[in-house]
Amino acid sequence: MKRLLKGGRVVDPVNGIDGVQDVLIDGDRIARVGRDLPADGAEIVELRPELVVCPGFIDMHVHLREPGQEHKETVATGAAAAVAGGFTAVACMPNTSPVNDNANVTAYILGKAAEAGLARVYPIGAVSRGSKGELMADIAELRQAGCVAITDDGRPVSTALLLRRAMEYAGMFGMPVIEHCEDPSLKGDAVAHEGYQAAALGLRGMPGACEALGVERGVLLSELTGSAFHVAHMSARASLRAVRKGKEAGIAVTCEVAPHHFTLTDEALAAPVAYDTNTKMNPPLREAADRDAMLAGIADGTVDVIATDHAPHHYDEKQVEFDRAPFGIIGLETAVSLSLDRLVHAGRIRLPRLVELLSVNPARILRLPGGPLAAGAPADLTVLAPELKVRVEAAAMRSRSKNTPFDGWELRGGVAATIVGGRTLYVNSAVAGLKL
Amino acid sequence: MSAPVTTAVDEARAATALRRKDLLGIADLAPDEIALVLDTAEAMKEVGERPIKKVPALRGKTVVNLFFEPSTRTRTSFEIAEKRLSADTLNIAVASSSVVKGETLADTALNLEAMHPDTIVLRHSSSGACHLLSRICRSAIINAGDGMHEHPTQALLDAFTIRERKKRLAGLKVAIVGDLLHSRVLRSNIHLLTKMGSDVWVCGPPTLIPADIARFGVRATSRIDEAVADADVIMLLRVQLERMEGAFFPSLREYFNVFGMTEARLRLAHPDVIIMHPGPMNRGVEIASEVADGPYSVILEQVANGVAVRMAVLYLLSGGAGDEAAA
Repeated sequence: MKRLLKGGRVVDPVNGIDGVQDVLIDGDRIARVGRDLPADGAEIVELRPELVVCPGFIDMHVHLREPGQEHKETVATGAAAAVAGGFTAVACMPNTSPVNDNANVTAYILGKAAEAGLARVYPIGAVSRGSKGELMADIAELRQAGCVAITDDGRPVSTALLLRRAMEYAGMFGMPVIEHCEDPSLKGDAVAHEGYQAAALGLRGMPGACEALGVERGVLLSELTGSAFHVAHMSARASLRAVRKGKEAGIAVTCEVAPHHFTLTDEALAAPVAYDTNTKMNPPLREAADRDAMLAGIADGTVDVIATDHAPHHYDEKQVEFDRAPFGIIGLETAVSLSLDRLVHAGRIRLPRLVELLSVNPARILRLPGGPLAAGAPADLTVLAPELKVRVEAAAMRSRSKNTPFDGWELRGGVAATIVGGRTLYVNSAVAGLKL
Repeated sequence: MSAPVTTAVDEARAATALRRKDLLGIADLAPDEIALVLDTAEAMKEVGERPIKKVPALRGKTVVNLFFEPSTRTRTSFEIAEKRLSADTLNIAVASSSVVKGETLADTALNLEAMHPDTIVLRHSSSGACHLLSRICRSAIINAGDGMHEHPTQALLDAFTIRERKKRLAGLKVAIVGDLLHSRVLRSNIHLLTKMGSDVWVCGPPTLIPADIARFGVRATSRIDEAVADADVIMLLRVQLERMEGAFFPSLREYFNVFGMTEARLRLAHPDVIIMHPGPMNRGVEIASEVADGPYSVILEQVANGVAVRMAVLYLLSGGAGDEAAA
């Protein structure tokens, strides 16, 4: 079956396209992109020109919690949240229970993803067995089973030696090592960013240097090994500086920033709700200078990727004392609106750059199909409604957990539709006249 | 942060009740509310000096003292205050390892709530624990110390003691010396004293000074001579022995040598200086016994005033004005 998306604004930075064009979908593939394509028997889908057709967005940092913590999220509910948030694919972290450190767990996750039939799910394997930081996991086996990268996310790789070996070994397959950058001794039992807010609230703080030490370590080892190193959920300005210096030196380092780190600061811990556990994540919300540095890094190209670090937690796990609450917030269903509102409408970046951050670069780093809208490529498309007025409603979200600090926020810009492999898996009913 | 307001006491004459359900911290209070508590405490203190130390202000009210940390002084002080106001009180002491038992703080609080107490006085090792209760409970929540955050009634009784001795708070140089980083007493005192116009200096080893301390509106130094020079008030903070030595400073001996309040250092202060300590004291660590027991010490006055100040807080949160309690 063929479908012709007509009249929307196509933004495909790899091919230098930013204008009203048509996209012809044939089955699960893109057949053609161009101006005024003939219908040629295809079903015609008329899009209003304010709608933007992009290569499918990829969130390269989510926690789907399955196997082991299905009360927080499952592969199916996470994949549903992904398509509702405009993501055609997600890469899921290995800190499940058991840890995704072997082919059986990887296959289990992929089986659940196939059953759900929603967003594509790319598992990320563990660096070490059980993510314990002692012995390397069977990385080749993980690769063969379908893992696209390795990480001990949730914690940093325990020693520089293990990180070096993992980079060398994974480098054999061109797999990046993704690192949760943190110096554990400097972090201690901290629960917030070290600064005025933590001091005033009486919370133990970790400084930006705690993260930057981990970034520096990884950049040095990436230089030593020649392997790709990716900094997860970067939050501190000192980390950005380390990445920038590494890139200038030609080192294979890339990095991602989460929407909450370019939107919020640690002031959110104090107000509007003091000690709101939905403002607790690791790395923590940092001070304004760090948030502004993330925005600058996104604008100047130092930041490669926007990724959510989607971390679902059950509400009663979060309804506890701040220092006892688990780290993390959900992000799949707010990332696109926050990005449009805070980055595009705020004049910091233009849409083609946003598509690089959400689609082109994660595809390149993880070596996934997607990125450019090429003939023959999978028909994974994200359709944006940049002018849509969005009111964030946690209760209405697809994710099984509702732990977001953005509940009730009003944002400009949202997702109109999500198409995965030619199938329309999400249509936003708030977008008028959209028939997909 | 509010700017110091020198006319706070005058404003307070007009105020008759705290404009809030809970007392979670000094940071939330306006200067006139602070002055109201202190003024009310003066009347309450007089109650404690009568032969029959009881007024009916909280008759028929139920107050639960819910303590998740060991405390003798604060819990006793609250309990005496509650009894002098004729409240029905009960004490619940929960081992701080209660996490192991599996009941969450929220569940504990909601179970108590089901029995309709009017006020819950909470002491807890987690900063913000009382904010959690405040959100889920109808009862008035009084913070009796939450983690490293605040201990508002301690700061109020400290202010009461200073005001009683010095007749004012504005313009006084107050030096606070000790473990600043982990101290909830410090945070409450900084908020209170800066709101009331005192000139606050804080002093401790750099390892125990919170980040961005200048934003609290205080002067920070690690030179104790500078901190105590011409000070009207010197307040020592407890050094928590069990976790300090070797980690934040080399030894207790060295701590005392560099930061201990000795008679020699006392001579740098204003001749009428008063010495305060929230207790419990480590003699020979943050304070020499000669100073703690000496003529400048008001440490036991602080304890005595604690009852009056807590009576005032309980009374004002319960509705305050119009009752004959303090008459």
